[in-house]
Amino acid sequence: MSEAREFKHIGQRTIRPDGFDKVTGKANYGADLSLPGMIWGAILRSPHAHANIKKLDVSRAEASPDVLAIATFEDFPSVNAAAQRDGTHREGMMDTACNILANQKVLYHGHAVAAIAARSQAAAIAALDLIDVEYEVLTPVLNIDDAISATAPILHETMMTQGLAEPATEASNVSARMELKKGDIEAGFAAADVIVERAYDTPTVHQGYIEPHATTVVFNDNGPSMIWCPTQGHFDVRARVAQLLNLELGQIKVVASEIGGGFGGKTTVYLEPVALILSKKSGRPVKMEMSRGDVFRASGPASASQSRIKVGAKMDGTITAMQATLHYEAGAFQGSPMGPGCMTVFTPYDVENLYVEGFDVVVNKPKVAAYRAPGAPQSEFAAEMAVNELAKKIGMDPIEFRLKNAAKEGTQTIYGPKLKVVGLEACLEAAKSSPHYTAPIPENVGRGLAAGFWFNIGGQSSVIINLNPDGTGTIIEGSPDIGGSRASMQMMAAEILGVAPSSLNPIVADTEHVAYNQTTGGSRTTFATGMAVVEAAEDIVEQLKARAAAMWNVTAEQVDFKDGVAQNLSGEDQLTLAEICASAEKTGGQISGRANINARGAGPSFAVHICDIKVDKETGKTDVVRYTAIQDAGKAIHPSYVEGQFQGGAVQGIGWALNEEYVYSKDGIMENAGFLDYRIPLASDLPEIEAIIVEVPNSFHPFGVRGVGETGIIPPLAAVGTAVAEAIGQPISSLPCSPPKILKLLMAAR
Amino acid sequence: MVALTYHAPDSLEEAVQLLSTARQPVKLLSGGTDLIIQMQGLIQDERLVVDVKKIPGMRAADWMEDHLRLGPSMSCAQFTKRQDIQAVFPGLVEAAYLIGSTQVQGRASIGGNLCNASPAADTIPALIVNRAACLIQGLNGTRRVNVEDFLTGVGQQCLASDELLVAIEVPNPAARTRDAYLRFIPRTEMDIAVAGAAVSVTLDDTGVCTNARVAIGAVAPTAILVPSAADALIGTKLEDDALLAAAAASSQAANPISDRRGTVEFRRHVVGVLTKRAAKIAANRVGAL
Amino acid sequence: MKSHISTTINGDSVEFLCEPSQTLLQVLRNDLGMTGTKEGCGSGDCGACSVIFDGELVCACLVLGVEAQGAAIETVEGVAAHDQLHVIQEKFLEHAALQCGICTPGLIVSTKALLEENPSPTEAEARYFLAGNLCRCTGYDKIIKAVMDAAATMRQGA
Repeated sequence: MSEAREFKHIGQRTIRPDGFDKVTGKANYGADLSLPGMIWGAILRSPHAHANIKKLDVSRAEASPDVLAIATFEDFPSVNAAAQRDGTHREGMMDTACNILANQKVLYHGHAVAAIAARSQAAAIAALDLIDVEYEVLTPVLNIDDAISATAPILHETMMTQGLAEPATEASNVSARMELKKGDIEAGFAAADVIVERAYDTPTVHQGYIEPHATTVVFNDNGPSMIWCPTQGHFDVRARVAQLLNLELGQIKVVASEIGGGFGGKTTVYLEPVALILSKKSGRPVKMEMSRGDVFRASGPASASQSRIKVGAKMDGTITAMQATLHYEAGAFQGSPMGPGCMTVFTPYDVENLYVEGFDVVVNKPKVAAYRAPGAPQSEFAAEMAVNELAKKIGMDPIEFRLKNAAKEGTQTIYGPKLKVVGLEACLEAAKSSPHYTAPIPENVGRGLAAGFWFNIGGQSSVIINLNPDGTGTIIEGSPDIGGSRASMQMMAAEILGVAPSSLNPIVADTEHVAYNQTTGGSRTTFATGMAVVEAAEDIVEQLKARAAAMWNVTAEQVDFKDGVAQNLSGEDQLTLAEICASAEKTGGQISGRANINARGAGPSFAVHICDIKVDKETGKTDVVRYTAIQDAGKAIHPSYVEGQFQGGAVQGIGWALNEEYVYSKDGIMENAGFLDYRIPLASDLPEIEAIIVEVPNSFHPFGVRGVGETGIIPPLAAVGTAVAEAIGQPISSLPCSPPKILKLLMAAR
Repeated sequence: MVALTYHAPDSLEEAVQLLSTARQPVKLLSGGTDLIIQMQGLIQDERLVVDVKKIPGMRAADWMEDHLRLGPSMSCAQFTKRQDIQAVFPGLVEAAYLIGSTQVQGRASIGGNLCNASPAADTIPALIVNRAACLIQGLNGTRRVNVEDFLTGVGQQCLASDELLVAIEVPNPAARTRDAYLRFIPRTEMDIAVAGAAVSVTLDDTGVCTNARVAIGAVAPTAILVPSAADALIGTKLEDDALLAAAAASSQAANPISDRRGTVEFRRHVVGVLTKRAAKIAANRVGAL
Repeated sequence: MKSHISTTINGDSVEFLCEPSQTLLQVLRNDLGMTGTKEGCGSGDCGACSVIFDGELVCACLVLGVEAQGAAIETVEGVAAHDQLHVIQEKFLEHAALQCGICTPGLIVSTKALLEENPSPTEAEARYFLAGNLCRCTGYDKIIKAVMDAAATMRQGA
């Protein structure tokens, strides 16, 4: 992308193609499919946070005429006892299997133990009482401090810490350590005039998608089995189910239903393999739904974290060194987003000396899953809070301080590559001149500002575009559309083909009707699948030229195609796309374009948020009175949905910062597993979220796109945290800024 | 859910008959916003659900000679739209308005809020400061119990197994008397009260408080009347000192627990703040008469 | 034992059999196949199952199916007239007031209830009225803009 281009469709605010069905209730989500003969599955879940299963006896359930099938861990043929004996055991799937149905040990409150299928949902739930489980209750490990203490109960007796200088010799709740460095950290701090060092913590939070996990499946011995589910990656569901159940990929068809939110939380499997086992055993279609309580207790929330940050700067504002020690809770099984947390923590800064150390820690909570820029909100919260405190100490405006140290083209990242052209400085400039930042801070209000960085990814996408004889067409893609991406696909194809976007119907095909697509995540869809759409459309353009050439009896090189019309360069002849399609029968059959790509060159997206907060000094209650989200989109294909990503990310971050947190009893029982007490922001909690789109094009995408889905959740934590700190005149180091905590700080300061 | 038998009697007599002859434990269904959730946890049990909404008068609110007769099953949505009631008991209407979302208000009733007897029920402190009484009908006739005596513990009230609440009677307030209710929640809506305070004050022509009642919620097993807080207001012009003394009395009277919604210290402090603020609002309302 | 219930849904007479323990939401979705009404929590905390029941906005998960006897119920399926969208639905699409769309049916029904009760809500009134409709994707900004625009358009049309 060299210079600014004029677009016909891109940048417009079109009506999304799937919108009609969604506003009328016609769109079908995960729980909306019922089939003839269908029965219902239900899951028995652990009432304990940490316990050995001494006995699991399903004989009473088996004897019940109401019970049509039962599933336990032993029904996973790839990882069960028999597989271990005959050597076909798949170690890589062990944690996933154990998380879906516990193997001899339960590791969190709500951990699935066994499943039952019966003729109705009520009958299935009632029959769970017929399963007899004897538990030996163990002491739960509920936070990082407890997990790493020398006397901690060990969750996994074979787990040794990876990544230590000396190989570990004893089992530990720390699954891994990692280290990243750049420059000379000691020398960096020696050169600093001012140093801020502080510890921060963030709670376990949930993505809070409104649609609970649900699935309807049909096992088929003589053809592909069918799985219908709301997922961000139906190809990934297929792969995991195939591995767990020892099936070939071709034996499973996964249909991605409409998806009611995911934010990273619908990137793995919980119910699908269990439902397929129940369907196989009963010979019936099986439907399963999680309750809201199940979703909180036993899907994949985001890691709680503890971070220690040290930042040093010279009095002129030059940051000389930044250091972080980051601990992430992984939940019951290893695998927190410690890696991306360490990689992103200081990336908004061009600083010579960096040192980051990360730890992945298991605790008796559900295994974490991705949540919008996984790992980054926790670490960047800590870094941005410290940076703001340091800016204040040396008396610099937080924007000027950041501009002085901002990452830019050529900045050497701590994790490997040098940055290409990025938009952090542009976002900071936009923030500086924004109506919000230039407005005076109202009385009794605190203002906070923070930046955020997320890599974004590309990866594999496959797209087919079929044109119809009348020139309309279908875009067949395989990226579940979680926020309006079908609209962007339509617009990008329309731009290349020179037709109206509404003439092209985009569909998210099942795993049999389009080739492999990576999961919708990493802010990849509009970038990578969009790139595949563009390539498939360009493939069509070449074919249209060839067909027109055949009709005119010239060579394809003598045909130009522009704005939906083929032009004979050797004459006056013109043919519209529809006319070429109408004659396709005579020029070689109907026309399809295709692209199967592994997209490279995803452009990082930086953001800067500004937040004004008022605090009731007598109660500690917070009120967000103004909020602005500024982010680099590269190029906004559909500006409304780009703004929507900024606003939605901002509000999830506001919730994380203010009132959301998992509350556990000392026995590890989750006490707020519902939307009543897990307090996500409400319409009445919020002001307008002003969204400012910055466009610094990504040269690797035909239209300049950068992913925008994730970065927006990063800056709010520190923007809100700083605003609260400013409002109460006390440092904030722990999220959420819930009223009891804020009141305590206010009282202590009195 | 639980195995249910459902009846919707259309007379009081039929309802009392059902209650007294039931072989299963009985649940009275009014708005259902608490009951239906509570029954989800009971897998194998049996319950007789008696839907009281079709009994005449249960969803009406009428002004009698000296009191408001409130049908216990009237939805909060209907109740809060009644400007005639709002004009006289603004605090009680506020309390009903604070219960749950618009959707919950479409079903939830003040009688249900009362009989469910949650320590955090919003309308209960407001009913108490307004000297409301419960009219109870059983097999052997009717009886009247003051709201503060109706409640006996967390989730418990004094209804016998053959009894139901047929009306809530709220006496007309004395001249120059108004109420107010405030609660604390972390968000702006939807949450259950972390602490709540209702205040009713009577002021004379010179602005001196001649009578007051203070009741607090979510800080003890039941909502409680706090005479010491009222005493701190009576005889004053509700100057800052008096308000602070009332706040301190409420905090002192509170006997809260720590849970997922708040800590002991937080609730104790905040209930005082709410008392002070509610007293101020009630006094301003009298001033505006 | 199942009860036989006669009710009216979106103007149509409807009869169904249901267990007294079934909620109206379960009846609508599982027995009548009306899956436009969504379940997000089953406890009245999210508003995804908002329906209008005898003129009141309620959560269908907090109503028993047997209570529908003789009632008039409006669901999202009844908001548009055939293929002609209601102004509220049009404005939601115009303003991109949905991302994943799971909360949208509930919000459409709630907005309809709001504007029938209060044709000229302030932004704050709209935000409080709709506080029981959780949306996790949009941050509510575009929803509120759509609601305010729908209100203005309906006032002009009225």
